[in-house]
Amino acid sequence: MTPSRMLITTMAAALALTLPGASRAQPAPLKAEVIHWWTAGGESAAVKTLADAYRAAGGTWVDTAIALGEQARAVAINRIVGGNPPTAAQFNTSKQFLDVVEQGLLNNVDAVAQRDGWDKFLPETVLNVIRVKGHYYAAPVDIHMPAWIWTSKAAFKKAGIAADPRSMDELFAALDKLRAAGLVPLAHGGQTWQDNIVFTAVLANQGGRELYLKVLRDRDPKAILGEPFKQVLLSFKRLQGYVDKGSPGRNWNDATAMLISGKAGVQFMGDWAKGEFALARQEPGRDYGCIAGFGPASPYIIQGDVFVFPKTDKPDALKAQQLLASVITAPAAQVAFSQRKGSIPIRTDVDASKLDACAQQGLAIMKDKSRQLGNGEVYLSPDQNGALSDVLTAYWNRNIPVEKVQKDILAALREGG
Amino acid sequence: MKRRRWGMAWLALLPMALTVLLAYLGTTLWTLRVSLSSSRTFPRDDFVGLAQYQRLFENERWLQSLGNLAVYGLLFMLACMVIGFALAVFIDQKVRGEGLLRTAFLYPYAMSFVATGLVWQWVLNPGAGLQPALQQLGWSDFTFDWIIDQDKVIYTVVIASVWQAAGLVMAMLLAGLRGIDEDIWKAARMDGIPAWRVYLSIVLPMLAPTLATVFVLLSTAVVKVFDAVVAMTQGGPGTASDVPAKFIMDHLFGRANIALASAGAIVLLLTVVVLVAPLLYARSRARAREGA
Repeated sequence: MTPSRMLITTMAAALALTLPGASRAQPAPLKAEVIHWWTAGGESAAVKTLADAYRAAGGTWVDTAIALGEQARAVAINRIVGGNPPTAAQFNTSKQFLDVVEQGLLNNVDAVAQRDGWDKFLPETVLNVIRVKGHYYAAPVDIHMPAWIWTSKAAFKKAGIAADPRSMDELFAALDKLRAAGLVPLAHGGQTWQDNIVFTAVLANQGGRELYLKVLRDRDPKAILGEPFKQVLLSFKRLQGYVDKGSPGRNWNDATAMLISGKAGVQFMGDWAKGEFALARQEPGRDYGCIAGFGPASPYIIQGDVFVFPKTDKPDALKAQQLLASVITAPAAQVAFSQRKGSIPIRTDVDASKLDACAQQGLAIMKDKSRQLGNGEVYLSPDQNGALSDVLTAYWNRNIPVEKVQKDILAALREGG
Repeated sequence: MKRRRWGMAWLALLPMALTVLLAYLGTTLWTLRVSLSSSRTFPRDDFVGLAQYQRLFENERWLQSLGNLAVYGLLFMLACMVIGFALAVFIDQKVRGEGLLRTAFLYPYAMSFVATGLVWQWVLNPGAGLQPALQQLGWSDFTFDWIIDQDKVIYTVVIASVWQAAGLVMAMLLAGLRGIDEDIWKAARMDGIPAWRVYLSIVLPMLAPTLATVFVLLSTAVVKVFDAVVAMTQGGPGTASDVPAKFIMDHLFGRANIALASAGAIVLLLTVVVLVAPLLYARSRARAREGA
């Protein structure tokens, strides 16, 4: 057989294989393959509620769980670029997928967003992330608040602290009392991202909404080099004086365990810490306290997860994507998911009675739109956010003049923007 | 006939040659190209000159990680060579249970550092490891908290890495020692030369080729050190034990900046070339001399 004859035969064979496939469209259940990184016990249980809801709506859920967010996102992007995209992939509520949108590799879910009225119930912060140039490119799944302040009731009792602190000054006073009682005042895991959480909490509570936005969203040089931000950085560094020697490199759940055992008094950590308390059979209000922020106007930081929908022309896959976007944002699915995940629903028009006390507190705060703010990832590119973390963790760990830190932060936020 | 055989040999080598060209050279060139662009999550086709390199060398974390690499590399290679050689000499004395000892010394190298790094992290943890254990045994003043110390943490990575790699150096040098002619030892003994002198002045120079191989192996291990740091300290406290490979991985995956990561990778490659080039040069000179 000559080469050209061979080529023609091969092509004919290929055509023969594909043609009947194209015409064979049967009403199979809408298959949705979802890449996500929810692999821990509580997380798996949470994602199962989504799968069940999707099945109840007439689809088939194909679960592709990949441990670690970075890995899962890398796999998702590789598969999208490689032409074998999943039906949906998890990202954080952040600018992580902005590049993917700009490359035109995602389908929008405008139809679902308009029909279900996302504009009416989604927080502005989340909308600003998923809406790019007027199109909706992701469906939010949950809202986590990373800067909760957790307190151990046992430790507070031992130190003679009657009430939860209501301001930064009261917090420092409480930390002093804890130290005087021979306890570890601040349970902290000295890993970069945890340092970042403490910074976010101080910036939100001491600096307030205006300064928070000026620094993280507007990257305003005047604000970054100004006196109020300097005071925020000084408080941040002052907190470092209250951690124990074993703090560097400690995992966040080991820090939470110090609260559970009453060895430490306070921890800054996201609401996923509730899972640790629950595992130890501790109850909010009785064994531990949760403070979303000092005072009635303190910002509520929003971080969370979304599903994005990689580009596809297959009508079945398109339908599966639309159905998925609609199912996971429905009120019932949201409550069931949040209960197990430790997060709060993305919408406030749900039955909150099934959620725990801390989540109810968070959901109530969410009703006040003026208190909603995004975490750094919402306003900064992953690159800028990382550079900021580098500066903060260096400052936390070493003695660096605060003026230099201000300049370093300015430089870090300027780059890559 | 001869010519045809030659052609067949080339044909057989072709897949390998193509692999080398495409997989190694190709990806290197691609990395170089990306490092000259403004790519973020995806490769971009523009050209920004050396901007990424400028940004890289203005980055304190990168400079610190280069400094760490220098400290780590020097100490790690030195300690591996000295300890490995001492162990090899020790075993070469025809000790009893040689097989067992050899296995014991070489064993750490067979284990993944991700696993052993975690063990080392626990051992060195001032709250849970060696320090409280010895304090409970009565040495109440004993402190060993290098792993949480900004200035000393990199040494803990050196200690753990040496623990892992010294056995390999031992095995290679032992093979070299076994290759040395018994007659040399007999002659030295007859002349009444002390054993340490023989090792220093005769055996070590004769081991030069083996030592060169060990050097190349260790230096590549230094440049790509990543798992040890991630498993033991995650680059912390702060960025005190950061290394270039971790910086590159962070920017490649976590921070969606493949251009900056590529620039870092190219700098690392150049470091290797600078390190290995003198060695290759010396070898080619030696070969030329032998040929002459």
